[in-house]
Amino acid sequence: MGLLSKKDAKLITDPLADNNPITIQVLGICSALAITAQLKASIVMAISVMAVLGIGNVVISLMRNIIPSKIRIIVQLVVVAALVIIVDQVLKAFSYELSKTLSVFVGLIITNCIIMGRFEAFALGNGPWKSFLDGIGNAAGYGLILVIVGFFRELLGSGTLLGFKVLGDPIEKTGLYAIGYENNGFMLLSPMALIVVGIIIWVQRSRNKALIEDH
Amino acid sequence: MSLKNKLHVLKRKFRSSKYAPAFNALHTFLYLPDETTHGGTHIKVADDLKRTMNTVIMAMVPCLIFGMFNAGYQHHLATGAIDAVSGGFFSSEFWTLANFSIGFWKILPLVIVSYGVGLGIEFLFAIIKKHEVEEGYLVTGMLVPLIVPVDIPLWMLAVAVAFGVVIGKEVFGGTGMNILNPALTIRAFLFFAYPTWMSGDKVWVEGAVERANEIAAGANLDAISGETILGSLAQGKDFAYSTADMFLGFIPGSVGETSTLLILLGGLFLIFTKIGSWRIMLSSALGAIVMGLIFNQVADAGIIGEGSKFYGLMNTPFWHHLMIGGFAFGTVFMATDPVTASQTNKGKWIYGFLVGFISILIRVFNPAYPEGVMLAILLMNVFAPTIDHYVIQGNVKKRMKRLKAKVA
Repeated sequence: MGLLSKKDAKLITDPLADNNPITIQVLGICSALAITAQLKASIVMAISVMAVLGIGNVVISLMRNIIPSKIRIIVQLVVVAALVIIVDQVLKAFSYELSKTLSVFVGLIITNCIIMGRFEAFALGNGPWKSFLDGIGNAAGYGLILVIVGFFRELLGSGTLLGFKVLGDPIEKTGLYAIGYENNGFMLLSPMALIVVGIIIWVQRSRNKALIEDH
Repeated sequence: MSLKNKLHVLKRKFRSSKYAPAFNALHTFLYLPDETTHGGTHIKVADDLKRTMNTVIMAMVPCLIFGMFNAGYQHHLATGAIDAVSGGFFSSEFWTLANFSIGFWKILPLVIVSYGVGLGIEFLFAIIKKHEVEEGYLVTGMLVPLIVPVDIPLWMLAVAVAFGVVIGKEVFGGTGMNILNPALTIRAFLFFAYPTWMSGDKVWVEGAVERANEIAAGANLDAISGETILGSLAQGKDFAYSTADMFLGFIPGSVGETSTLLILLGGLFLIFTKIGSWRIMLSSALGAIVMGLIFNQVADAGIIGEGSKFYGLMNTPFWHHLMIGGFAFGTVFMATDPVTASQTNKGKWIYGFLVGFISILIRVFNPAYPEGVMLAILLMNVFAPTIDHYVIQGNVKKRMKRLKAKVA
């Protein structure tokens, strides 16, 4: 066995599929709808959340025995807020254009339910190493869905991927556009992100019937 | 051996295979089923789902045929080949073979694509989910070609139909389970996905977009265009159509929505056969009239000046609103969809009234979406179950009170 024990590896792989924060727990939907019109923004958002959740989980885990349980939500908020501000400043310093695209949604990572959820559900009761893995795993599960949604929305909505015109030029009428193809403007609107997430949920649950909730 | 027998043999042959629903559907679509229900109690009425659907389609056929003539008429009128109609409904300028053939060859592919894609998906889902093919798409498939511009590219229609049938209907469990009217879901998809093909002054006239492209490429031609009345009003422009044109349908618009007269006839047919709800049709007309009157009053009182961008639509006589755009068509054929409308009688009044009321509201205040009817019906589709819930609760409460009064 390599770096991770089987149990530890499960902390990372579980949230990628069978316990995905977006498609199974249905958390963090707001940001998944808001920033996935472009693949690049989705990737940056995924990395930002991974940084915040990975570090935040470790910090909370280290402090878990000294936080009075009555004020633990406030402590958690302070930790997330501090980390989000750091991420925001880094983005502004090194990639200003992108931080403008993401605009308020970087700040709103604070309100991302996945983060507070993992603090409450995992970091408060587990050691720092495990918490770190859990944080990375959940952020990766979140990021995976963001990237899938961003891929389809940018490809079908703008005909580009990461800004490259993969389907041809809509104004010059080259590539697919020469035969009459047009971009689907609906893909750029938020409702379509919800529908794409819904389709992912549908596909996932019909492949693994155990995930279907019974009502 | 007749087709009926051949189908029957095929049906037997594939009985236990997974393609059974497909052959079953073909057989029952063309002929009366040759077996009866076995066991259990069941109610037997003459108008099953298939007959209900066929009745609605029959009510729409006049609109379809008129739409074919109108597509050619608008084209020839725009190119200057013929004069505008002068002699009422049976004008000789309108009912010509030249007009019909243009519309026929343009609209027939729309019908084929709509039915081909939609029924294909229905058959596919029936085979995967192992149930019989449901008749739900029969009406939707006919509605769709009637509510799109005549020049819509066929692949866009195919994409939209696939989206509407899968996301609008099948994910909820198929016919009878959908929240939104599938035909309107398809139109809304087209509207938001490809707005340039669903609005403007080119798409309503056959060949106008093509000609604009040729001119852009350097061809020496006159540009042709035809703005809908709603489009003109939203931009504060005048239009050259008389009230008779609006009522009879000699105006540009989606394929089958222009002739208020024929829609009215279809509506009467639906009411007469008790397929369509007269409550919904009447109350949405009422709702539109009330909203139109309010706007007329506001415009008359001078609260909105002539400079305002809302003035054109606000100042339109309220009864014109019933005849322009897709209002009549939406009210008669879409708002009355028994699956997505309110089920209770009182609920139907509320639902219909709000459909009409909100249609005109959206029409006037959101010129970016000049067709308010589509959005109003979709919105009320979402609220229909809530309306029903409160109507039923109100009834329960009333009867509880009566019971208490009796006991006391």
